[in-house]
Amino acid sequence: MTTLSPSQSLPADTAEQARSLGRTRRPYVNSYVGGTVLGIVLFLAFFITGNGLGASGGLNRFLVFFEDLIAPGHIDRTPYLIGMAGGNTNPLDDWIVFLTLGTVLGGFASGWFNGRLRIETGKGPNISNRTRWGMAFLGGILMGYGARMARGCTSGQALSGGAVLSVGSWAFMFAVFGGGYALAYFFRRFWN
Amino acid sequence: MAPFLLEPLLGKPLAYLIYLLIGFGFGTALEISGFASSPKLAGQFYFKDMTVLKVMFTGIIVAMVLIFWSSALGLLNYNLIWVNPTYLWPGIVGGLIMGAGFIIGGFCPGTSLVALATLKIDGFFFALGALTGIFFFGETVQYFDRFWHSSYMGRFTLPQLFGLPAGLVVFLIVLMALVMFWGADKLEQFFGGKPAPSRSTAIRTAAAGATLLAASVALMVYGQPTTAEKWAGMADEKEALLTERAVQIAPAELLDYIYNDKVIVKVIDVRDEANYNVFHIVGAESIPLADLSSAIPDMLTEPENTLFVAVSNDETLATDAWRTMAAESVPNVYILAGGINNWLDTFAGGKTPVALNSVTTGNEDLRYPFDAAVGAMHPAADPDPNALHLEYIPKVEMKLKQGPSGGGCG
Repeated sequence: MTTLSPSQSLPADTAEQARSLGRTRRPYVNSYVGGTVLGIVLFLAFFITGNGLGASGGLNRFLVFFEDLIAPGHIDRTPYLIGMAGGNTNPLDDWIVFLTLGTVLGGFASGWFNGRLRIETGKGPNISNRTRWGMAFLGGILMGYGARMARGCTSGQALSGGAVLSVGSWAFMFAVFGGGYALAYFFRRFWN
Repeated sequence: MAPFLLEPLLGKPLAYLIYLLIGFGFGTALEISGFASSPKLAGQFYFKDMTVLKVMFTGIIVAMVLIFWSSALGLLNYNLIWVNPTYLWPGIVGGLIMGAGFIIGGFCPGTSLVALATLKIDGFFFALGALTGIFFFGETVQYFDRFWHSSYMGRFTLPQLFGLPAGLVVFLIVLMALVMFWGADKLEQFFGGKPAPSRSTAIRTAAAGATLLAASVALMVYGQPTTAEKWAGMADEKEALLTERAVQIAPAELLDYIYNDKVIVKVIDVRDEANYNVFHIVGAESIPLADLSSAIPDMLTEPENTLFVAVSNDETLATDAWRTMAAESVPNVYILAGGINNWLDTFAGGKTPVALNSVTTGNEDLRYPFDAAVGAMHPAADPDPNALHLEYIPKVEMKLKQGPSGGGCG
């Protein structure tokens, strides 16, 4: 298990570490190149399907699928969940689920191809793995909760809504960055 | 014209395969940019690594320029793509919570999926947390449902907010992004100790930025299609519907739909306010013809089972309204045959309804005298659907909405 620190994305300790599944770890692409690829994918999504990209909606449906297995009665009594899985509706029978699956597959394929498929924990240099895991879980809870409240996450709201000029999406985007910057100082120990 | 109705067109399996492929591209774009690494993402908030801002805004401006150019060239119907409806305050509060989640957890939901896919343990814990958070939301939203549905502004876009043409807004956003990129590069070098890009990289980056800026200037000059231009592209096909009287519905059919629980009826009364005040059908919305354009965006976000019926005293104004709504891709729009005059003939005059092809006289005056402005406080404004058993030729065919009915958040 290795750790990634912010300044050195490629810890070139040993030759063994620099390889994953027989593939050499390559550096990330230039941010503007990555962004352009992202923009083209986003455009194609809108052009072909009329929908943007998203992630939290897919996660939501996976969750509801399991909830429905465990407590179907509860789903049928909660107004927010009925639309997704009330009665015989299968929450996984939705395009966003396949988009989400594709995202995982794409990340996996790219990670494998570029030699970045490796069991590791990304964290700041001054905290333990356990602390990082706890923080990731806690942050995830806030993210998941906030994303549902805002009706979309960074990809479904900020990225997709931003590109088609939705007022709410731009307000949301500033709120996300604002919230992050406002608290960054208090969490500097965790990342630096 | 794009976008396409994938599911009816290709069937579910193939449509879902396309979504899978788009997702694949999305996951790849995130992974090659380094979004599986939480320290890289969090570096954004300490000005050490501005990858998040650079990738995200590059993605936004590239997609935006392509989308609005496609729309300008008539290749893509902007009214049929999903624009996240604005719920201002839930969005801002949710965004602030997510900002906190970002700095604490180091990911957002999409990036955690990619981290998980590349075996990052922190990505796994984050995704687990996100599922937990989503679960808590589903369980608690009922306690603040009013807030969650508050400050709804519909399909509200920046060009509407600022009263500027879309092309100009696109240009200003591209310009803003390029300035931010310049600043981000400087901040990274100062706080993150990153080396300045090589000369060739700097030149290529500048050239790409200049290209995008030029494309947005050209877009601004070229402009977006107007309602008249959109109508021109479909006039032949749509005028035929008007001539065949395929979209003019009898008063009795409208009344049946008003009382049909499965269909939401929006009676759009396009007469002036004075006429509306004198008499209107119960539940009708007063949208004088001159104000119709500004009401279109909200019509695009109505549920799939919404039936729009344009109404004037006769049919002339209502037909103009129908043309505008059809040109702007509002689904399921019809005209009240013979207008309010025919409605009153049917429900107040006691006349036998005349044959449907002769209900219109072309005269937009109200034929019925009213002593006072009674609005909907008149028995004929809200007739009893069971009192009269009127025959009519049914014309309404509720069509599947062409555009998507929910974004990546449903």
